[in-house]
Amino acid sequence: MKRFVLRRLGYAALSLVLLSVTIFLFVRVTGDPTVLLVEPGASRADIDALRHDLGLDRSLLVQYGTFLKDIVRGDFGRSFYYRTPVLELYLSRLPNSLLLALAAMAFSLIIGIPSGILAAVRVNSWWDSGGKIFALLGLSMPSFWVGLLLILFFSVYLGWLPSSGSGTLWHVLMPAFALGWYFAAAHMRLTRSSMLEVLGSEYVKLARLKGLPEALVISKHAFKNALIPVMTLAGINLVLMVNVAIVVETVFAWPGIGRLIYEGISFRDFPVVQATVLMNGAMVIVVSLVVDILYAVVDPRIRYER
Amino acid sequence: MSVSTAAPSPAAGLPLASRLAAFRTEGLPVFPILILVVLVFTAVFAEFIAPHNPEVGSLSQRFKPPAWVAGGSAEHWLGTDHIGRDVLSRLIFGTRVSMIVGFTAVIFAGVLGTALGILSGFFGGWVDQVIMRITDAWLALPALTFAIFLAAIVGPSEWNIVIILGAVYWTRYARVIRGEVLSLKERDFVRLAIVAGCSRWKIMRKHLLPNVLNSAIVLGTLMLGVVIVTEAALSFLGVGVPPPKPAWGLMLADGKKGLMAGYWWLTVFPGVCIVLMVLSANLLGDWLRVKLDPQLRQL
Repeated sequence: MKRFVLRRLGYAALSLVLLSVTIFLFVRVTGDPTVLLVEPGASRADIDALRHDLGLDRSLLVQYGTFLKDIVRGDFGRSFYYRTPVLELYLSRLPNSLLLALAAMAFSLIIGIPSGILAAVRVNSWWDSGGKIFALLGLSMPSFWVGLLLILFFSVYLGWLPSSGSGTLWHVLMPAFALGWYFAAAHMRLTRSSMLEVLGSEYVKLARLKGLPEALVISKHAFKNALIPVMTLAGINLVLMVNVAIVVETVFAWPGIGRLIYEGISFRDFPVVQATVLMNGAMVIVVSLVVDILYAVVDPRIRYER
Repeated sequence: MSVSTAAPSPAAGLPLASRLAAFRTEGLPVFPILILVVLVFTAVFAEFIAPHNPEVGSLSQRFKPPAWVAGGSAEHWLGTDHIGRDVLSRLIFGTRVSMIVGFTAVIFAGVLGTALGILSGFFGGWVDQVIMRITDAWLALPALTFAIFLAAIVGPSEWNIVIILGAVYWTRYARVIRGEVLSLKERDFVRLAIVAGCSRWKIMRKHLLPNVLNSAIVLGTLMLGVVIVTEAALSFLGVGVPPPKPAWGLMLADGKKGLMAGYWWLTVFPGVCIVLMVLSANLLGDWLRVKLDPQLRQL
């Protein structure tokens, strides 16, 4: 177990290094970073001063060292547009992103799990085919298009829901649906296959042989075990949602991290873009590390793999 | 010494005709193939099909609805956008953009990932360790965020997008192909080739590559949908295909300008095109997966 955790920690560290190196190098290789880092409309002297401040005349290795040191200290630079430290900005947006992700997750599970169970219990029936079509559509319809259609229908034609912004429960509904849509399909697929596997197992057969009513077999014996992989996936997906939300947040002007990245790109607010991408990447890496370790704690077989 | 006669690999020796004959058409997904054929045809002959220039509009013709809606005319079947450009023509040329970006990115990612997967699986040892650690690390990065970041730095252009998408999505190929090569390596025909003194390069090219090609094609078809959606998302955010080029994602971004005024055709049609293309690719990929590669069924 110790070895597994250590190895997994090593991989996560490697991912983090790779993430930071890529971001670091890309900024410097694809052009003069001072052009990105200087505020639009700065004078020649300003640019030169900044270049000296950033130490861009020094070797790449030294530069990378400083880059890392600043990150560890939590110094991600200052936003050009908002004139506040980027970290502060990021943290102020994080709750909104998490709220949206949680709502989308709740939605995707409410839709995905029952429909997955239904498809598995009534396998190869009309329900199952319906579920397959739903899963295919879910995976094929881009979330931002779903979002635009929702606005068109519920805001423009019916006038029921606000098309953008945040603040009330009504604001969350459409972005959460658009974001959760894709994941609902993924959760449905996994619930179905995991449920099918459990339903074929010995203990479910035994439960049936004992003469338990089918409803009880499914709810008491099969359901709980089938849910384990779905919950694991949901855990990872929650973090992925924060990342994928960029497009949905842009559509609904939802003030989360995704919107922050988009604003950063549009206003050429480079420190914001660099920091948010770094933080988001780190978040995904850390969460998948935690999930992997938790999984190994629960299921010893995983520890001894490879 | 003739090595290829010493160890014929199962797939490599067959002529194309018999490979095709073995490829039964039962359960052929007619719907997705039909749609893909129509889309490819549209992309190739865009100049001849499109009724108008996709990049030029007239301001007097702004926001015209589709022909069957009151106020629409047969001049613009699917209406016009915020600067009076013909939506149908833009969709037609947009097919070309999506196809080019989608296919080249998938091929780029496929070549890169397959090559690395074969190298990694065949050599094993530290080569395998290095390649797979990088692959895992790369897989851990959030693809969309990362693609957006890269695109934001290098600036919008069709070819930048292809390179970025390829660079983001090669990892899946590398993982799957490596796994296949690991098991192929233990098969007799590869062992024989090694014993017979075949060069490493030749074994990889003649014996391993043909046998992993099926998986690569299946993965590629399934990736096509992902890549096209990502391209649309990048274009929608303004870091993908640069305007005024007609790309579906870009059209959706433009369509948003008329959304609150109820100009639904600017939002509905490009989205339908994306969904049709992605849906066809996914359906075809699912079918191919079952057909070509039983091992991949659980994927």
